[in-house]
Amino acid sequence: MAVAAGVPTPQVEPENPLTAGLERVPVAPTTLVIFGATGDLARRKLLPALYNLAHDGALPQRFHLIGIARKEKAHEDYRAECAEAIRRFSRRKPEDEVLTALLENVRYIPGTFDDESVYTKLAKTLDEFEQIAGEPLNRAFYLATAPNFFPVIVEQLGESKLAHHEGAAVRLIVEKPFGTSLAEARELNRRVLGIFDETQVFRIDHYLGKETVQNMLAFRFANGMFEPFWNRNYIDSVQITAAEDIGVGTRADYYDQAGALRDLIQNHMLQVLCHVAMEPPVSFTAEEVRNEKVKVLESVPQPTPEQVPEIAVRAQYAAGHAGGEDVPGYLEEDRVPPDSTTETYAALRLEVDNWRWAGVPFYLRTGKRLARKVTEIAVTLKPVPHLAFSQQGSLGVLPNQLVLTLQPNEGVSLRLGAKIPGTRMVIRPVNMEFLYGTAFLSQSPEAYERLITDAMRGDAMLFTRNDEVEAQWRICDPIVSTWARMPGPLPKYPAGSQGPPEGEQILREGDHWRAI
Amino acid sequence: MADRTDAVWSATGTTPDAIEAALRELLIERHAENNKFAPARALNMIVFVDREWSGEIANRLRGVGRYHASRLIVLAYEPRRERLDARVTIAAEGDPDTDEVTLLRETVVIDVGDRHLDDLITIADPLVVTDLPTLLWSPHGHEDIVQELLALSQAVLLDSVDEPVAREALNRVCGLTERAYVVDLAWLRSIPWRERVAGAFDPPRLRRELRMITSVEVRHHQDSPVTAMLLGGWLASRLGWRTSPLVGHGAALVGKAHGERQDVTLRLQAAPEMTVRGLEGVTIETASGRLLRLDRGEGGLHAHARDPRGELREWTIPGASRGEAGILGEGIRQALLRDPTYIPAVTAARAMLP
Repeated sequence: MAVAAGVPTPQVEPENPLTAGLERVPVAPTTLVIFGATGDLARRKLLPALYNLAHDGALPQRFHLIGIARKEKAHEDYRAECAEAIRRFSRRKPEDEVLTALLENVRYIPGTFDDESVYTKLAKTLDEFEQIAGEPLNRAFYLATAPNFFPVIVEQLGESKLAHHEGAAVRLIVEKPFGTSLAEARELNRRVLGIFDETQVFRIDHYLGKETVQNMLAFRFANGMFEPFWNRNYIDSVQITAAEDIGVGTRADYYDQAGALRDLIQNHMLQVLCHVAMEPPVSFTAEEVRNEKVKVLESVPQPTPEQVPEIAVRAQYAAGHAGGEDVPGYLEEDRVPPDSTTETYAALRLEVDNWRWAGVPFYLRTGKRLARKVTEIAVTLKPVPHLAFSQQGSLGVLPNQLVLTLQPNEGVSLRLGAKIPGTRMVIRPVNMEFLYGTAFLSQSPEAYERLITDAMRGDAMLFTRNDEVEAQWRICDPIVSTWARMPGPLPKYPAGSQGPPEGEQILREGDHWRAI
Repeated sequence: MADRTDAVWSATGTTPDAIEAALRELLIERHAENNKFAPARALNMIVFVDREWSGEIANRLRGVGRYHASRLIVLAYEPRRERLDARVTIAAEGDPDTDEVTLLRETVVIDVGDRHLDDLITIADPLVVTDLPTLLWSPHGHEDIVQELLALSQAVLLDSVDEPVAREALNRVCGLTERAYVVDLAWLRSIPWRERVAGAFDPPRLRRELRMITSVEVRHHQDSPVTAMLLGGWLASRLGWRTSPLVGHGAALVGKAHGERQDVTLRLQAAPEMTVRGLEGVTIETASGRLLRLDRGEGGLHAHARDPRGELREWTIPGASRGEAGILGEGIRQALLRDPTYIPAVTAARAMLP
């Protein structure tokens, strides 16, 4: 093709032929800046993840870490805190030499997030690292703070000219929650995208970093056998459950502001729903996969306030028994207001109004202090059109059910009807089970190890795009606001139980919740 | 020694059918005992060993931890043995009294003699789990046995460093690749080096310099010239260099590879002070004056870099040494993967043989 005179030919960077065959793709030299560097998330998740990446030799060739938090302390003290957190929370016992090598390149900047001087010091430290490296380093700003600081930090980064950097990529990693309502999410997006380009923004939903969630895409799109029945013609209903057996624990301050709907359904469970319902992407790229997920979210009708009681149920756990012990109810937990109307259980019935799924109910259920910990997707098929066998003397012929368990025992189970051995044709349901853990030798990395690496590489596949976040809030917002207008007290369920009886009210006639 | 969660069966003068029946029975018993027990089903591994060294091999295999094959079949060879003796162990990995599934790993050790060698395949075949990939390892040689058991195997594990003569090591690999996927521990020892060299030249502005490489020096344990050759062969095959025979020069092999733009000086230097197998370091120079030197060090690789302006920099790239147990475990894991760059590297390395 002729090139017009005067039009510069874009420079195409050559491929790196040395990366072929390597399991780990190189990550460009990077300085990671953690805002909220002394907080729980940093100590429990981020620092241990960074150590494990270092242990595996998976950090970039040049890697520097800058921690920013309010308290005044010296670099050495912060390094000692990092080492303590890693020793305490790492999935493997750290090796002293590796830990020392990692911490050599750690710096600490004290100050409040609205303080301009913090950003001046940050810019200076970033420049120093580049002087040491002799090359521009990519920059990744990780917002591991309370959400009210997100806009402040983003705007300060913008004003300090730190949102872009000549010759290197600058990325912003934002923890959940991304807003507490649709209006807040939109406003936060507006402020973030006023400074950063969407391609620079990596919104964390740590569920997406779990191997188990990623496996759902492999399960659906690498196996031809499921696609023929993966539609309204064969599927009767879908149940997505994320049950916890623990109470609110030490998270009461956060949890009482959020509740079960915001904590799990608005983000993680809607992402799981997308993985179940999405169309096969044209290619397995971040944009194509996220495009398909957004289409699913946009196909879910936004409930009206009048519809909310019909499709959504909330409740709180009362005192009960868990693990053989008496446990308090939510309102008796430490730091929970005695008149709190925050839900610890939420269940929804949603529809995905498109050609594939019209008429199929998607039930979402989550709660604390339920009978056991399990996260699963149960896809129930329609019953056979005609049953030639007598039901007499049998436990009944039940529709096939495909259950994808995400935790604790990741696997796939298919309920089938089978003949009970004997002279009579009597059928009972049996399970054909597959457990992922039995079929692989490798250990799954922690979600944060994968997500930090992907963000540093600029791979957005496992992060939530701005339109996805807003589409998720569009579904949940009317429920949140309707519930906010309804007075308490909330329905109760005993700790350690299957949840409130009210949960049955949103089910279509003939449907039942699976036993947790 | 069996621990409290192991189930053990043993018999003298037994048959493969009886062993297989015992395996099945033990698995049923274990599942009945606790339904959290589930047999691992990732990989079969057949190991043919000289019985007098089987303890050492068992120790090495114990060190691989979670990379233990789902079903390990050890054929322990004792020339004058007349009868088959067998011991089956089903070990639980973890505590079944939790919510998590507890994996069961099966180990079958069979003592065999000369009289069984002609029909060895009929002993091993009934014991491998159907439809699982099978990895074969014969750490004490026995090439004829390997050739026979390859009929049951999709992958073969070897360590090219074990062959005293590099030519024989690389020729053996080439012969085996016609029948199975080869997992070579000598190649796996070079993984961190390959990753770091690839990473060093990955920033887009540096990728062009891959075509400007003028010299490569690889420093290696004195018994590991093959690992150094494979690293050189990898660079040559990935970067399109034509390799030619190296010549001995003291403790080094030196020569040229021929790139598209210029020749590349190759030097494979034995490092007598190095105590573990594998590589000690690598140095790469480019026509622009850039130099990258990576050396094994405490807590990771020590990097020394010189840019085209002559500025020098040193730092440590964190990373833990995997140790020989880790390398063996990695070898077992790699039996389930496929690395398309190994055979081209071997081919280029063979052309470097003195």
